[in-house]
Amino acid sequence: MSLSVDFKLSLPDFDLKVAFDAPTGITALSGHSGAGKTTLINVLAGLVTPDYGHIETDGRVLFSSALKVNLKPEERHIGYIFQDARLFPHLTVLQNLKCGRWFRRLPMNPSTIEEIVTLLGIDHVLSRRPSQLSGGEKQRVAIGRALLSKPEVILADEPLSSLDSDRKKEILPYFEMLRDQMSIPIVYVSHDADEVTRLATTHFELAHGKIHSESSDS
Amino acid sequence: MTDWLSPPEIEAVLLSLKVAFWATIVSLPFGIVVGFVLARYEFPGKHLLNGLVHLPLILPPVVTGFILLKLFGTQGPIGSVLEELGIVIAFSWSGAALAAAIMAFPLMVRAIRLSFEAVDVRLEETARSLGAHRFQVFCIISLPLALPGVVTGSILAFAKAIGEFGATITFVSNIPGETRTLPSAVYSFMQVPGGEESAYRLVILAVIVSMTALLLSEWLAKRVKTVVEGR
Repeated sequence: MSLSVDFKLSLPDFDLKVAFDAPTGITALSGHSGAGKTTLINVLAGLVTPDYGHIETDGRVLFSSALKVNLKPEERHIGYIFQDARLFPHLTVLQNLKCGRWFRRLPMNPSTIEEIVTLLGIDHVLSRRPSQLSGGEKQRVAIGRALLSKPEVILADEPLSSLDSDRKKEILPYFEMLRDQMSIPIVYVSHDADEVTRLATTHFELAHGKIHSESSDS
Repeated sequence: MTDWLSPPEIEAVLLSLKVAFWATIVSLPFGIVVGFVLARYEFPGKHLLNGLVHLPLILPPVVTGFILLKLFGTQGPIGSVLEELGIVIAFSWSGAALAAAIMAFPLMVRAIRLSFEAVDVRLEETARSLGAHRFQVFCIISLPLALPGVVTGSILAFAKAIGEFGATITFVSNIPGETRTLPSAVYSFMQVPGGEESAYRLVILAVIVSMTALLLSEWLAKRVKTVVEGR
């Protein structure tokens, strides 16, 4: 699977004009704050509409100004992992995990849910509320919630930047696991060079609204 | 209570509670929809809708009552249609409930709107990225998180509805047992010699009911907030 992106969006300060392919694995997007990284993945998620362009995953068109296609966020099957975990505070951890499957009317296989719960090591917090979790636990639940919604692409917007270094070490392996075990594209925004080196299979740098350098590691 | 209040006084209090209950219950769904729309959407005519909702707060109540009478009276454009269906609102307790609901609506909408505005839009976006369409987002995310404001708005509207006087007496008059609510009863007792004592008792009762409603709404809103946020 792969995600191909090519669009232009005028912003107040500069134009965001990017074209790249994100193959299976982790495509890291780095750049200074204000370079338009979050805006870029909000465009992919369908939360911001670009001026023109084309975004598709393996023949499924998510946005196309030429074809007049603009799928709603809920139709894109994109799992979005945010910097702040953004768990729903009024639901338990288990309800948070299940809600994506419920929204999409996916079967509630206990084994699928259990598999991910065990993988992320969150079986002991299932009945808790998000306010009773540590930062690392919150982010693990957020990853599980995104995975259980059965995404075709995962977007991660600086998912580690609000965590201290110990918590970062706790979460990093899970992204390596996603990269190695899930055969879907993961777009991973980060300004942390170490994270990028460790995780990225493809690496782009965003500056002044344009993709500047490109390098393929591993 | 039977010793302390005379039968006409009890009748007025019970009628007020009935009128306020129905006014609140029936207007609540509208209050939630209008509060949500005002909090979340930009559209042409938004200011007009906002103004219309708040109008009863600013208009002299007697004017609101007069407009209701012209619209919902048996000769009025809405009242005549309802009469053909066998529903008469003017000069009946349901008319009192309508007047109270309209007068209390701005308070209800205001509390509900504020609580929807306080719901993090980013949580709603997160739900959409997980596959929720707008209605699911509303039912599963926005409404539960705005519940404290819905509770406050309802209780404030209830308290306001119990005390509504001007629009009510203009629209449905002051008929004992049908439309003589607590404030109308106070007014009537003040007009008759020797009625002072009854008026005093009802005034004290009105103060107690209003104070209780205010304190209850504060307390309940806090309770609901704690439950919603899981602390």
